[in-house]
Amino acid sequence: MPTLIPLLSIVSLSKSFGSLRVLEDISFNVQRGETVCLLGPSGSGKSTLLRCINWLERPDGGRVLLDSQPIGITSGGLVMSDQQLAQVRTRIGMVFQQFALWPHLTVLQNVMEAPVHVQRRPKDEVRAEAEALLRRVGLYDKRDAFPARLSGGQKQRVGIARALAMKPALMLFDEPTSALDPELVGEVLAVMRDLAREGMTMVVVTHEMAFAREAANRVVFMDRGVVVETGTPEQFFSAPGTERGRQFLQRYAEGRASLAA
Amino acid sequence: MMKDFATVWSERGLLLSGLGNTVLLSLLAALAGLALGALLSTLLMSPKRALAVPAKVFVDAARCTPFLLFAYIVYYGLPSLGLQFDAWSAGLLALTIYHSAYMAEILRAAWVTQPRAPIEAGLAFGYSGFGLFRRVVLPPLALSSAPVLGNQVIQIIKDSAFLTIITLPELTNAVNSIQSRHFIPFAAFVTAVLLYWALCLVVEAGVSAVGRLADARR
Repeated sequence: MPTLIPLLSIVSLSKSFGSLRVLEDISFNVQRGETVCLLGPSGSGKSTLLRCINWLERPDGGRVLLDSQPIGITSGGLVMSDQQLAQVRTRIGMVFQQFALWPHLTVLQNVMEAPVHVQRRPKDEVRAEAEALLRRVGLYDKRDAFPARLSGGQKQRVGIARALAMKPALMLFDEPTSALDPELVGEVLAVMRDLAREGMTMVVVTHEMAFAREAANRVVFMDRGVVVETGTPEQFFSAPGTERGRQFLQRYAEGRASLAA
Repeated sequence: MMKDFATVWSERGLLLSGLGNTVLLSLLAALAGLALGALLSTLLMSPKRALAVPAKVFVDAARCTPFLLFAYIVYYGLPSLGLQFDAWSAGLLALTIYHSAYMAEILRAAWVTQPRAPIEAGLAFGYSGFGLFRRVVLPPLALSSAPVLGNQVIQIIKDSAFLTIITLPELTNAVNSIQSRHFIPFAAFVTAVLLYWALCLVVEAGVSAVGRLADARR
């Protein structure tokens, strides 16, 4: 197998909140074009891990490398200044559980905001791209609406378009469908499935097992702050390699059965 | 009595120039006070105690000082420290600084109730420092606190009347001249009250316009 430089490398990452150890010695790589789903029970540290990738949470130890460039630490080994960190973050798109749209801006303005004011790209060019992105997520007609007037599913599709407008090398999804009514989950997952198919590199924290099974190249199963196992979705869902993985899938299946009953 | 009001009307040039000064003074103090208050609110919200504590001390001290006394200090007190201003500059400075403390406290109170997520999104999308504040934090703050900020502007307009005692020729100063020249205190002062009231109605109309903008975004 040829040696590929991974787009994202996470090396021995650890994080504590006070005396509570939430991440312990986490390591894995994400190759270009790969979709990796982070799975695990609530409180297993998945979201914290995702937030450590772009340093929204500051890790206590370990390294995060994007294209072999360290995030959060300068080449001199110092913690990056806020400005340096901001610069690195423009290469990583993020989609939030609670949408986190900017309430004072219209849909189109939300998508154009950071490309124009952070990346300082020409406004006309950004507008054309933003409109194309809104067409793609099916919200061009809502471009002049404010976020408060949208459904959850629409908000999250704007959230995805907003992140894509930065032309990121990597997209992070933090439980993008967890705050949605069940009937709105599908429209968001459809957009994400398309992205994965088109070769966007994505790290997705999710509880949507069907999505992980279908769209992920790899799943990383976490429990109590450690990576318990990683593998292809086929491996993990049909024959988990660990007892904890098996129990997790069983509990999930039971949860679905009790919902159906 | 109607004759008294007619006398006030005959002095409309003086009245108008006083009103003009009051409007200009209040407008400038409101804008500068809001800008300064916004800056102060970032200090109040700073995790660095070396920034937050002095800002809090200033805001508390200013809010507990009667405005008249504050204006006295700027106009009569500062010259003994070598800082001399004409009445207009001293009045504007006093109004701006004094009310920036209130503006800062209003914005701070709104800030702590803002949802954290859009601000985090700002960070994740590459904003930092003042850019984050100006583009992401401040606009929703200003919209949601518009009614309270509007109240503060009304307070600025009323406090500007105190500046008559540092000889600033604003509206109260003008009607005082008129009443003493013609011995018509009632007509002169009532005229001023009606004009202040009219100014407040303008501010309230502005606030409800901003309120409609805010509602669309909520």
